[in-house]
Amino acid sequence: MSAETPDVVAPPDRKRGGKGLGTRLLPYLLIAPALIALGVVLGGALFRNVLISLQEFGRRQLISRTTEWTGLDNYSEVLTNERFWSTLLRTFVFMAANVVLIMVIGTLCGLLLMRLGKRMRLVFSISLVLAWAMPIIPSTTVFRWIFDTQFGLMNWLMRTLGFSGYEQHNWFDSGFSTLTIASLLIVWMSVPFVALNLYAGLTTVSGEIYEAARMDGASAWRIFWSIVLPIMKPFFLITTFLEIIWVFKAFAQIYALNGGGPNRSSETLPVMAFVEGMGQQQYGVAAAISVLTLLILMVAMSFYFRLILKQEKEQS
Amino acid sequence: MTPDKITDRISDVNISGPGGAPPAGDPVRQTVAGTARSGGTGGGARALRAKRFGKIWPNVTALLLSLLFIFPVYWMFASSLKPRGDILTRDPVFFFIPTLENYTRAIEVDLFWTYVRNSLVVTLGAVFLALLVALAAGFAIARMKFRGRRGMVLVVMMAQMAPWEVLIIVMYLNARDLEMLNSILTLTLIYFVMALPFTLWTLRGFIAAVPRELEEAAMIDGCTRTQAFFRVIFPLLAPGLMATSIFGFIMAWNEFPMVLVLNKSPEASTLPLWLASFQTQFGNDWGATMAASMLVTLPVLILFLILQRRVTGGMSAGAVKG
Repeated sequence: MSAETPDVVAPPDRKRGGKGLGTRLLPYLLIAPALIALGVVLGGALFRNVLISLQEFGRRQLISRTTEWTGLDNYSEVLTNERFWSTLLRTFVFMAANVVLIMVIGTLCGLLLMRLGKRMRLVFSISLVLAWAMPIIPSTTVFRWIFDTQFGLMNWLMRTLGFSGYEQHNWFDSGFSTLTIASLLIVWMSVPFVALNLYAGLTTVSGEIYEAARMDGASAWRIFWSIVLPIMKPFFLITTFLEIIWVFKAFAQIYALNGGGPNRSSETLPVMAFVEGMGQQQYGVAAAISVLTLLILMVAMSFYFRLILKQEKEQS
Repeated sequence: MTPDKITDRISDVNISGPGGAPPAGDPVRQTVAGTARSGGTGGGARALRAKRFGKIWPNVTALLLSLLFIFPVYWMFASSLKPRGDILTRDPVFFFIPTLENYTRAIEVDLFWTYVRNSLVVTLGAVFLALLVALAAGFAIARMKFRGRRGMVLVVMMAQMAPWEVLIIVMYLNARDLEMLNSILTLTLIYFVMALPFTLWTLRGFIAAVPRELEEAAMIDGCTRTQAFFRVIFPLLAPGLMATSIFGFIMAWNEFPMVLVLNKSPEASTLPLWLASFQTQFGNDWGATMAASMLVTLPVLILFLILQRRVTGGMSAGAVKG
């Protein structure tokens, strides 16, 4: 078989040489539709986002369809706005809290899956997969129902546990409380991804390693730090950055829960951009916020891409 | 042996092992055996108790966690089946006679079938377009050498992480300027572009996995390159096409921010947007709302269960190797 390989390869090569221009253009023709679609829709949007952030673009300009360039006015307006800075801080705290919770709980669940017997593991996996598969909007709707003021389950639970003040308690009456529920929702939705992927990764590692470590007297803690963590390091790094990006740009979970309210106090940056744009019709300001959000996201993404590229290189 | 050495060894084993994944049950049984042995040296009742405890606590924890994770899904399901009188109560009713009346009310909402149709058209249209375009580009990237190939790979990777949520305002302005608001076609095109990078990336992998020799053999037997593609590669891609299209389906079916800004008119809205605005639709009718949530969730749940094994396997294969 191997002796024949040169012959097998040769005919297409000869053909390619003969066909010339057509064959050389073929790959470009094949990627053209994809490249054009991405360029026009995504590239166009990114580009115009920057342009609009440099324009005075409000309700008047929307109707009259005029363009008024104002340089960096929108940025200075945003950057001197108290609300922007408090929203920025809120977004970072929200993101950090969620990512830490997701990674810690997800890792513990993944390790737990390793220790379970067949039947219990199946039960646990099924419930994780169900939570993972739940679409965002039905999930937020269910959480709104659980935390409903009048008939919600959570008020009943708090009353049953003996807490007072949970007769018709409004869980969405403060930004903190709203974002706590949003965190609960996001952590619940995201843990299965970490847990199941960690478990799937760990099953490809031979069990003899753990046994050897155990026989050398390593504790569970030590085994995690000295064996699981180093082996799964790429997984942990990549997943952490993925979660940072995902939580930072989370929109539907927060918006559909309470619209960024009450009083705009549960807004994160993507929600703030939406409210400034669609709510206040300050499109220029909204574009400036979204450009700033993109810049922050790009920092996280550059780390993520570096990790992915490194992995690609090691694999090939 | 120092721990560093152990891990070095491990990574050696890990890399050299040619995909020789042990059966899933194996490591667990071995760890359990390991625990028992180390416990046994202590001797006596304490070791026995420790051993039993070591076996029980993971199961108890897992059971509690399972209940916790499944609860919102269960609560949605249970609430959707509750009779009207049992749902809007001060204290929740846990035992009730199930009824489908909530589903009837949800389905009888004005324009319900329009939302279903819109969702289906947008989702299927986007998935089909993405498959078509991604197949061509994926083939070029996987099988052809051309200048700019690496650049294209980078573009696809970055586009895959595109934060669409942050771009909704500008998408709204673009669609408005082109007079394409409240249009199913606009939404289809945007979902197609959203699904494209992922579809392309995955299909590229599946195409690259088809042995080149198969294609070349077909070409020696007189097939043109096009024929070789459709007769040899394409049939082998069936599982890949299936997996990627399910992914695209789930993404487009669930999408919310874009439809929120683009298609405000009820005639052009989709199921997630309808569900998010349930309060104007149902008022305080949580039974019907939960029934509606179930109806939106069910297709995704079914597809997800089909896909689950593939999802986790694929990601981990990439994650552990490094």
